[in-house]
Amino acid sequence: MKSILKGSAAVALANGLNGIFRPLALQAATRPVRWAFLVDTYKCIGCGYCVKACKLENEIPFEADVSRTWVERYVVTKEGEVFADAPKEARYGFITSRVDLGMGKFKDIPKDRIDKAFFVPKLCNQCDKPPCVQVCPVGATYQAADGVVLVDRTWCIGCGYCIMACPYGMRFFHPQFHVAEKCNFCYHRINKGMRPACVLACPAGARRIGNIKDPDDPVAKVIMTQRVTIHKPEYGTNPQVYYIGLSEEVR
Amino acid sequence: MHVLRPLFAVLAVAALILIARVFVVPDDFGIHERGYMFGWYRKANEEEWKALKVKYQGKEYCKDCHAEQEKQVLSSPHKIIECENCHGPAREHPSEPPKLTLDRSRDLCLRCHTYLPYPTSKRAEIKGIDPGQHNPGAECTGCHDPHRASKP
Repeated sequence: MKSILKGSAAVALANGLNGIFRPLALQAATRPVRWAFLVDTYKCIGCGYCVKACKLENEIPFEADVSRTWVERYVVTKEGEVFADAPKEARYGFITSRVDLGMGKFKDIPKDRIDKAFFVPKLCNQCDKPPCVQVCPVGATYQAADGVVLVDRTWCIGCGYCIMACPYGMRFFHPQFHVAEKCNFCYHRINKGMRPACVLACPAGARRIGNIKDPDDPVAKVIMTQRVTIHKPEYGTNPQVYYIGLSEEVR
Repeated sequence: MHVLRPLFAVLAVAALILIARVFVVPDDFGIHERGYMFGWYRKANEEEWKALKVKYQGKEYCKDCHAEQEKQVLSSPHKIIECENCHGPAREHPSEPPKLTLDRSRDLCLRCHTYLPYPTSKRAEIKGIDPGQHNPGAECTGCHDPHRASKP
């Protein structure tokens, strides 16, 4: 009995020390790949081909009102009013100038009243300090060594805590599997040297992906030398999707 | 001391659970590279995600057989559009699916060609129409060739 207690105390101590000192993390600190995304909101034309490609590539039911990625439209009038919409996550693009205000209401803003208007594609930021990973009670969602946050569909119990925890609202319930779902930078594609479906589909070149740890990577170079920003830095999650031309109106 | 019996019962249940988890929890479940806070997971899942089938193949996949269309598109302003944007993912074409979709609907073209006067976006630089004014309801391909992006 005493030896069992001693043994279990030793195991508990070892686990605790491993949790504090994290020798594996030292190995991770020298990881060669860390995926980062670059979104250029000047270039985005609001065609929505990225959303269509994402849904088809990642088998999200097309007519379901959820998507791993979407595009938001912002129209700022000269009076300072901001109108924003993302009709059906922009999977059909923006084919009308009328802004969808929700609940069946629309607003047509005449051209001469528009101060600035732009499109903002959004996707999972694959944060360096992901709050969604921290709250998972079972360890179904996690961050891989290369920075991508993934969800283990067979392990997820569908509690939705991670969906609540994401401050950017990137997560949702998969309508078919009823587990948590989110963008994973097309993990199956980037590990084969291909680009994510949304990056491939974008005709305007508004979406780009690269390895921020590689100093010769073109995306890393843009992040280092041009004026980029992250969305909502006050959340403190260290997102790795960088935006060019992000404006304070963006929610 | 019979008053300790509930304690023994609780300890027995705890021991049973700790023994059961040795069999139920997979061997690769544990703390991985990102540490206790972000890297506590079943390692095999990474490979499961990597094994997902690729559906979108990209332009390079199409051009060997469809060289003529590729040449037409490349000499038009539509060269920036991926073939699969309009025709759907290639998957394993031509074995599966044998034919890709030909979406001739108006809404496909209106994604870019509904003129939106947005001064701070490249959208305003795309030649566009007012869908309510310009042949409403008609298919765009009736007059325009999308591979040549031509006027009728």
